[in-house]
Amino acid sequence: MNVRSQISTVFHLDKCIGCHTCSVACKNQWTDRRGMEYAWWNNVETKPGTGYPISWEDQEQYQGGWKRDGDSLKLRQGGRLASLARIFSNPLLPILDDYYEPFTYRYDDLFNAPAGNDQPTARAISLIDGKPMEIRSGPNWDDDLSGSPIYAAQDPNLEGLSAEERSELQGIERMVFFYLPRICNHCLNAACVAACPSGAIYKRGEDGIVLVNQDRCRGWRMCVSACPYKKIYFNWSTGKSEKCILCYPRLEAGEAPACFHTCVGRIRYLGVLLYDADRLSEAAGRTDAELVAAQRTMILDPFDPAVVEAARKNGVPDAVIDSARRSPVYRFVKEWEIALPLHPEYRTLPMLFYVPPLLPAMAQEALEGEASFFTSLEKARLPLKYLASLFSAGNEEIVKAAYRKLMAVRLHRRSTQVGDLPATLTAKAMAEARLGTADADAIYRLTSLAGMDERIVIPPMMREGFTEPTVEPQRQNAAGFAYLRPPPGR
Amino acid sequence: MSWVKDIFDPDERRWEEIYRNRFQTDKVVRSTHGVNCTGGCSWNIHVKNGVVALETQATDYPRISCDVPAYEPRGCQRGISASWYLYSPLRVKYPYLRGVLMDLWREARKVHADPVAAWASIVNDPAKRQSYQEARGKGGLRRSSWDEVLELTAASTIHTIKRHGSDRIIGFSPIPAMSMLSFAAGSRFLQLLGGVNLSFYDWYCDLPNASPEVWGEQTDVAESADWYHSKFIVSMGANLGMTRTPDVHFAAEARHDGAKLVVLSPDFSMTSKYADQWIPIHAGQDAAFWLAVDHVILKEFHHERKTPYFLDYVRRYSDAPFLVELEKHQGGLRPGRMLRASEIARTRDTENGDYKFLVWDGTANAPRMPRGTLGFRWQHEKGQWQLTLKDGVDGQDIDARTSFLEGNDGLAQVAFDEYASGKVALRGVPVRTVETLRGTVQVATVYDLLFAQYGVSRGLAGEYPASYDDADAAYTPAWQERFTGVSAAEVIRFAREWATTAEKTGGKCSVIIGAGVNQWYHGDHAYRAAIAGLVLCGCIGKNGGGLNHYVGQEKLAPVAPWSALAFALDWAGPPRLQNAPSFHYVHSDQWRYERASEDEKLNPLPEPSEFATRHTMDHQARAVRLGWLPFFPQFDRTPTAVVNDARAAGARTDGEVSSWVVRQLKEKKLKFSVEDPDAPENWPRLWFIWRGNALMSSAKGHEYFLRHYLGTHSNAVAPETAMGEVTDVAWRDPAPKGKLDLVVDLNFRMDTSALYSDVILPAATWYEKDDLNSTDMHSFIHPLQAAVPPCWESRSDWDIFKAIAEKVSELAKTHIPEPVREIVTRPLMHDTPAEMAQRELRDWAKGECEPEPGKTMPGLAYVDRDYVNLHNRFISFGPVVRAQGIGAHGITWPVDDLYDELVLDRPTVEWGGKRYPSIAVAKDAANVILHLAPETNGESAFRAFQAEEKKVGLPLTDLVAGSRNVRTTFADLARQPRRLLDSPCWTGITGNGRTYSAYCLNVERLVPWRTLTGRQHFYLDHPGFIAFGEALPTYKPKPGQDVVRDLEASGNGGPSLQLNYLTPHGKWGIHSTFGDNLRMLSLSRGTHPLWVNDGDAEKIGLVDNDWVEAYNDHGVVVVRCVVSARIPTGLCLLYHAPERTIGVPKSPERGNKRAGGHNSLTRVRLKPTLMLGGYGQFTFALNYWGPTGNNRDTFIRVRKLVGAPQW
Repeated sequence: MNVRSQISTVFHLDKCIGCHTCSVACKNQWTDRRGMEYAWWNNVETKPGTGYPISWEDQEQYQGGWKRDGDSLKLRQGGRLASLARIFSNPLLPILDDYYEPFTYRYDDLFNAPAGNDQPTARAISLIDGKPMEIRSGPNWDDDLSGSPIYAAQDPNLEGLSAEERSELQGIERMVFFYLPRICNHCLNAACVAACPSGAIYKRGEDGIVLVNQDRCRGWRMCVSACPYKKIYFNWSTGKSEKCILCYPRLEAGEAPACFHTCVGRIRYLGVLLYDADRLSEAAGRTDAELVAAQRTMILDPFDPAVVEAARKNGVPDAVIDSARRSPVYRFVKEWEIALPLHPEYRTLPMLFYVPPLLPAMAQEALEGEASFFTSLEKARLPLKYLASLFSAGNEEIVKAAYRKLMAVRLHRRSTQVGDLPATLTAKAMAEARLGTADADAIYRLTSLAGMDERIVIPPMMREGFTEPTVEPQRQNAAGFAYLRPPPGR
Repeated sequence: MSWVKDIFDPDERRWEEIYRNRFQTDKVVRSTHGVNCTGGCSWNIHVKNGVVALETQATDYPRISCDVPAYEPRGCQRGISASWYLYSPLRVKYPYLRGVLMDLWREARKVHADPVAAWASIVNDPAKRQSYQEARGKGGLRRSSWDEVLELTAASTIHTIKRHGSDRIIGFSPIPAMSMLSFAAGSRFLQLLGGVNLSFYDWYCDLPNASPEVWGEQTDVAESADWYHSKFIVSMGANLGMTRTPDVHFAAEARHDGAKLVVLSPDFSMTSKYADQWIPIHAGQDAAFWLAVDHVILKEFHHERKTPYFLDYVRRYSDAPFLVELEKHQGGLRPGRMLRASEIARTRDTENGDYKFLVWDGTANAPRMPRGTLGFRWQHEKGQWQLTLKDGVDGQDIDARTSFLEGNDGLAQVAFDEYASGKVALRGVPVRTVETLRGTVQVATVYDLLFAQYGVSRGLAGEYPASYDDADAAYTPAWQERFTGVSAAEVIRFAREWATTAEKTGGKCSVIIGAGVNQWYHGDHAYRAAIAGLVLCGCIGKNGGGLNHYVGQEKLAPVAPWSALAFALDWAGPPRLQNAPSFHYVHSDQWRYERASEDEKLNPLPEPSEFATRHTMDHQARAVRLGWLPFFPQFDRTPTAVVNDARAAGARTDGEVSSWVVRQLKEKKLKFSVEDPDAPENWPRLWFIWRGNALMSSAKGHEYFLRHYLGTHSNAVAPETAMGEVTDVAWRDPAPKGKLDLVVDLNFRMDTSALYSDVILPAATWYEKDDLNSTDMHSFIHPLQAAVPPCWESRSDWDIFKAIAEKVSELAKTHIPEPVREIVTRPLMHDTPAEMAQRELRDWAKGECEPEPGKTMPGLAYVDRDYVNLHNRFISFGPVVRAQGIGAHGITWPVDDLYDELVLDRPTVEWGGKRYPSIAVAKDAANVILHLAPETNGESAFRAFQAEEKKVGLPLTDLVAGSRNVRTTFADLARQPRRLLDSPCWTGITGNGRTYSAYCLNVERLVPWRTLTGRQHFYLDHPGFIAFGEALPTYKPKPGQDVVRDLEASGNGGPSLQLNYLTPHGKWGIHSTFGDNLRMLSLSRGTHPLWVNDGDAEKIGLVDNDWVEAYNDHGVVVVRCVVSARIPTGLCLLYHAPERTIGVPKSPERGNKRAGGHNSLTRVRLKPTLMLGGYGQFTFALNYWGPTGNNRDTFIRVRKLVGAPQW
């Protein structure tokens, strides 16, 4: 057992309202800089849809992530040799148009336009070359646009659906959408790390955050193509790649990452998971249908004395182990199994998990036959096949099991709170979901009532251990000032 | 795996410092966004190196209780983009003047040493005046200096007062709650000088008139945390995900606690996505849906099951048991007026007997007079205005009968109108006969009339529908199908689930409702129908229940002291407060483009009548004449000239002046301005705009604003059609263009209003000033604070108006050195005894009664204006509050000792030998408000409830006894938002961890609603409502293009679509704010597109992201389209509210001129029933009552833009 700790996250999609506050928080904090205008470390997509950069899930095109090759795993875009061959021209890279050409407006014209015979207006101009431009794409182009034959219909996850199912999703009274907020998954088996020719990308030992060392990055961009989630962005101004850093400076200060802090839908959860790094290779190499379960087995029980002992041996501080015990992520992912990884078939072992959207997937349609107060799984508005394509590499049973629990919780709470539904209905749903009332209440509580301190459990970052080796020990507080540039001259 | 590198080594990770450095900030300051948004979110502003870097939400709201999710975080994508504005190229950094005007002004100042004379030399010269008016909006702005713009503005102010009258100076600023001192700065300035404040809530068509109609309340709603207690939530006309962004998590969390969320909306919206069920209902047809739901509730839960909770509730808390007289009409008997105490022998002599209403007492088997009705409120003996079913004569308990189904004197066949089919149904209603002083009359209960109106037969004879399936009879589930597109089965299921949930939970069903329902011409019908569904199931005044109207409502929590400060009531009153819809309808000449015949089709009547059948403009003029609505300017001469003329004619006292005025009006020697609005002496002249976008996002009929107010180019082509159709109003040809002499805009961004104004004053942003913020979405009050000083040359609104006031006072020393006496007209006001002014419709101008100020016509008051001391008064909190106390909603309580504490403990000003609390600095003004408000000062709360106790006669002070020692200061709020204390200015009860829900005070503490009966009204007993056939909840058809005629003069060239044009609130802006900043534009495709259905688009070859031209007679918009199956066919959405300043091309359709904004396609149509007044809850208060600027019954044509966009 090789126990490591990873700061992991859950996004509860049933609560996501697609407001993009998270995206703006991130943009303000990190990417409002020359060279990064087009980069949204956090973005929110409408599903079904094509996302940002456009069609990022189409790995036929982008060749991101891993593939199984016999017993071993290989980067889909090829190994080091293939990378070397593409080092000056990588056809798998998204181009600017796949993201969008960043723009602004000539606001000054409103102040400076000379007196004339018509009203001035501020025209759009490119942030790249400053010239007037027509805006044809953006970071959120198909927002709320499910049902569109241009965008939604191109969603690769619709592939498994029958023609009839697909065409139904295009009509107004059948169409359906939900939001998929995305940040870097801080994967255990990160393709970007493996693909970097410069060795600039690493996981932080203490928390598993994946970072691109800005000193070492040489801008080869192999990470950009290797990341199947397209969550690494090339800064065209500095010539280096950048990505979501899970706001480690905020975490180190005990604050939630900006997109977590600002999530007004209260969908985001953060906490430590302990995992067994020895099982990594095996878990990532399972068949598609087994991937979710395999990843779950990697996640270790922080209450298990054997795990605790092994963690200590690996240098995981007691305080972090304690934090792992309070981790909401552990409950969602491991205990209740209702939070699932996004596209596990990319085999990067992503450590961001999604509670699939109860609604509108399970929303009622126009009345057909006998009325039921809440709808049933069989009448799902969004085919489970689609959801399985996103969250379980096609394994519908896994998605179904999660939905059974989510729905049983509501029935249970309804019967406690109102008591207008037949008791047998609730009992049946609870039994089918294999859910006890204590767990149902706990799921309800963490979903509905939990405050920020319960939703976001930041482990102590033990920063002293990282600053101590770099400063003179006799100087009071030197650590806090250690890295600042000293005044020039002496 | 070897390739995954875990690195611990600090040396290797030194570079990580790069991001740490970017993250670090120097200080965090609490503030918020004083924009027209109900969010009221507390934010942390992060300052680095003296510059605002970014903002994150505050998360430290006090927790309400452990069984409700907390308020954290609050704040959305728009709010978090605010920091972009501060240092952006859109920022107004300096004062600007329109270049043409600057040249004229500097020229004039060379010739005239006196600024007022200089200004007069420009505006009195028609050519000069026209030259800068025509240049409005067309570039050529030039940087000026504070000295220059202040002098020019003050000179214009003095000139206008002298030449035209103070009531020709107007101001517009939207909803004060979100930055209440910034609002108050301008309103205080205006009211001290005699200017006019325009309303906003009704103008935005956010005022739900059904609320005053049913409850006598402007609006009171639950805070969003209370949704969590709801077990059945219906969202209609409100897009929670879109517009209630910080609150919507409560809905999801409620769902996980077993609540069902149902959305009624025509499009598959962000909230449809969030809901258990989306019912795709046709736009604007919500009334039909709810009437059918009510039908099912009445039939199954009231008649067949007689649900005890429901029946008890309507008996105690609604007008259900009150008696309505049946009156003979051509078509037979119709429901008439409520029977009143003065009409029967037993109570003929009771005080205010015309305003005390009767119920049938089962014990006495006779009519009785329950307490709590209007007459009890205003009678001499206090303490009987309470919701007990006790007789007002002997205090005996009344067994109020809601129905005469059992125990009646027969069955009357009564006529009920079905406007959709034009049919009149005769239906049996059980009646009692009552001996009145006029003879024997037949009466029915409101409850029984309701059954008949809804077509629920209960086995009674008459033209009742046979079953739910009867599609020809209103209001069956089958009937509503053709209007709503919703199946009858769906309606029945909905009604059963709704009512069952309410029964099981004691009323925990709620409706979240907003603009999508309210902003139609007949929006109040839909609201009344939904409210009926709530009242019938006992869901009002309950935690988890209620009609939660969330659009434009806001909630200025410390309303009592704030009103005194904002409207300068601390010095003198009454203020000049004008309902904006009437003002703009009249002054921007939109009435000239309307026909009388349109009005009849818009609003079908039970029978034509002299009263109801007329042009809307005539309704408007009558409403002013009879004191129902205010109107400014008042008269065809200045307010001081009226007084001086009267004095010249011999009047010595105010009373004699009034007599003179009445005589002059009667003899038509003195005229109301509204009767001849296009005469130059009746124009508004000077307009101050602050905190809002009065010329674009707020300007319904924007292109008419450009033409008639500003005198610049307009893209409207509609024909003028009112000539010969108006009778009470003069017609002048040609219509005036450019009524306004000067438009002054305070702004931090160059929005459309700024671009079209003459003077642009650089305003501080929300991160650069101190202010207060409250909302009804939560129950806290919190501050805006200056995280950095006002940038560049900007100043806070408070300091700008203070500076203008100072300059006005300086010029007044020469021009108006002595105080002058003015006449101020005032309509019959809500929450005053004027609610008992007009029991009948009588028009003095037609000789039907005598003109009597404050009774049959507007009240007349007199105020001294002291212009030399205007500035002194502005900065001093005046003595009237100390002498008279503060109050709201008809109660007043003393605060003299609290005022004295302010003098002792706070900064003061001394002038004229007296000391006053200083409000020279905004933060001090905030402390004055906090120290006096019952919501923030426990002693004031205690006294307010004492005052209410006296009126009601039941104990109330116990609600706040435990918080009597609470005192809140601005510094407290800077540390943490504070929860508001309970106060009789509001209706919730929030002690002991309760969430705020409206009307709990009424239901639990038996404080009457401020209506005729003191109860919730199904029946609107106003002769006007009866004449318009809207006394009972009803349905009137949604007008089509053939009725509203938006496309008479517009071409039909090329493939195009005629679509219903809707402008709901959008995702990427709060109105026009934020929508022009780079963050929101980046996330919204760089524009605010027009959303069109994919099938519709295909018909005219439209592809997603094509440029389209959308036009009608009122104007034109050129914008990109989004093609989506999310939108139903036949309508389009242009989310409110794009600026015409950002990326708008020219319009080939309208002469290749710059296309407009969303309001270029609108024109207001006022609904006459909403102008009624003078009686009960149908009396005026600003933003409480009056016609609304409804805008959804609008049609446009859409076509692909020909050729490439022209810039």
